[in-house]
Amino acid sequence: MASEQIQRQRTSVPPQATSVVARSWSQARTFARRKPLGAFGAIVLTVLVAMAALADVIVPYDPFAHDASAELAGPSLSHLAGTDQFGRDIFSRIILGARTSLSVGVAVTVIAIIPAIALGLASAYFGGWADYLLQRLVDTIQSVPYLIMLIAIMVVLGPSLTNVILALSFRRAIVESRVMRGATMGLLNQTYVESARAVGATDWRVMVRHIVPNIMPTVIVIASIGFGGVILAEASLSFLGYGVPPPTPSWGGMLAADGRAYMYAAPWMLVAPTVALALIVFGVNMFGDALRDVLDPRLRGSR
Amino acid sequence: MTKYAIRRVAGLVPTMLLLLVLVVVMINLIPGDIIDLILEEKYSKDDEARQVLEHELGLDRALPVRYVEYAAGVFRGDFGQSLWTKQSVGSMILGRAGVTIEIGVIAILIGATIGIAIGTISAVRQDSTLDYALRSAAILGISVPSFAIATAIIVFPAIWWGVAPSLRYVSFSEDAIGHIKIIIAPSLVLGLGLAATLMRLTRTTMLDVLRQDYIRTAHAKGIREAKVIVGHALKNALIPVITLLGLQIAFLIGGSVITESVFAIPGVGRLLLSAIANRDYPVVQGVVVIVGFFVMATNLAVDLSYAWLDPRIRYG
Repeated sequence: MASEQIQRQRTSVPPQATSVVARSWSQARTFARRKPLGAFGAIVLTVLVAMAALADVIVPYDPFAHDASAELAGPSLSHLAGTDQFGRDIFSRIILGARTSLSVGVAVTVIAIIPAIALGLASAYFGGWADYLLQRLVDTIQSVPYLIMLIAIMVVLGPSLTNVILALSFRRAIVESRVMRGATMGLLNQTYVESARAVGATDWRVMVRHIVPNIMPTVIVIASIGFGGVILAEASLSFLGYGVPPPTPSWGGMLAADGRAYMYAAPWMLVAPTVALALIVFGVNMFGDALRDVLDPRLRGSR
Repeated sequence: MTKYAIRRVAGLVPTMLLLLVLVVVMINLIPGDIIDLILEEKYSKDDEARQVLEHELGLDRALPVRYVEYAAGVFRGDFGQSLWTKQSVGSMILGRAGVTIEIGVIAILIGATIGIAIGTISAVRQDSTLDYALRSAAILGISVPSFAIATAIIVFPAIWWGVAPSLRYVSFSEDAIGHIKIIIAPSLVLGLGLAATLMRLTRTTMLDVLRQDYIRTAHAKGIREAKVIVGHALKNALIPVITLLGLQIAFLIGGSVITESVFAIPGVGRLLLSAIANRDYPVVQGVVVIVGFFVMATNLAVDLSYAWLDPRIRYG
């Protein structure tokens, strides 16, 4: 392709001179220097992901094992975050809870993105009646506060991890499709889209080859910003008793009403899940903010 | 402006009708025989009870018929009646709406005052230590879930000082001071979350506005710094902030489900939770419809005021 040749001439260093690893390492260092809080968020996330992935290996106790001899024990060297009303080790449950939180976050973000792009893109590209109706549907769904809608969906679907993911993905896909539609609208009168059409490219080709790659930064930003919200939504649902069913540990569920009765006697039951939730959402938000600053061309260099 | 307003109001009609479709279809989507599920918990499974319930939920009629009936009812202000208490759903929700709105309004006052003030300070002192501290605090405020803050407010004062917020609701007319004491904690929880969101947007738009030529002109004219910031910059920076505030109404109502459940406040959020627990579907439908309409109306009001404040929006 001609454009590739031009690209190659423009870059002063030939592409094969730096390895991919070295290049991404130096990019990461630049990112860390320019966005220290974002880098901090990335580190927090990495640690939590590692914790979730290695949960089976690193838990000090069986997170499900009841221990009548250690009920409501305070934090100590043997139980770092104390134990709950069944004598289960809270620290182990926090570690396994990271898996619940992150797997819901990742699954929802990934599952929601494809229908969001498809709906938003098609709606903006074809316009007309289909666009009008689809957007009214989006309005309708957005008019119901997310927690109320999620509870309603969970009542319909019944409690399970899969259904939490489905309910959240549905909501995210609808909300994100609005943003994708906006991003596509902004591209439709770009000259490269017009010229692709003039040359006779099919609708499919224009969408897939010319529009999708250009809304990718928006996709990444929206996904990273939404990630924290998804984790909080799962926690809120589990807190209210409509999320991940017990005994699977969920940070929100660990704060739920049935445990609150014991919290006066055992406040550590409250501390660990709160800190874990705050830390993960803080990390995601910091990282997402920094990512947006770096990827969103309108904000680039504005600070 | 009138043309724009008419178009926007007309756009509300299909959205409202679609919401009614979703709410009516919801009953059909519940897996299993919902009559069996309800009867299992409530009555013996005799045929008469089954027929009564089927009729009340409209399951003995075709879906389109049920939709028209429901929509016509809503149009007349009739949202059906509770399966168990036989009260009208409309009056149940109206009776509970007062507290929810009261807490929402106080939360907005708290959130807007703190958020806009801190956002402005942060923007004026951009990249100072204060700015970093305030921004980090705001992100932390968004990160800690409201139910965790609410639970902490209840548990820790009780442990440290032996004072627990009363969880026995009293209305304003019964005991004004007691009522305010109960209202203040949930309002704070919702308000602080709102403040964090508003702070971030205020800061961003203020930074943008402070770079505009008319601000430099104002400075050059020798106007006092405070007056430039409040009178010239903030006035213009607030337009998107007010829009966001309007859009946060939905967030506040959603949040009230949590705060009302934690602080035992008999508002709309708690009504919804108990209706779901009791499988009282007409009440669930009514809450979703009324809350949805309310959010649509506030969004419309925000859009119209936005167009009125900023003439550039009024295309058409």
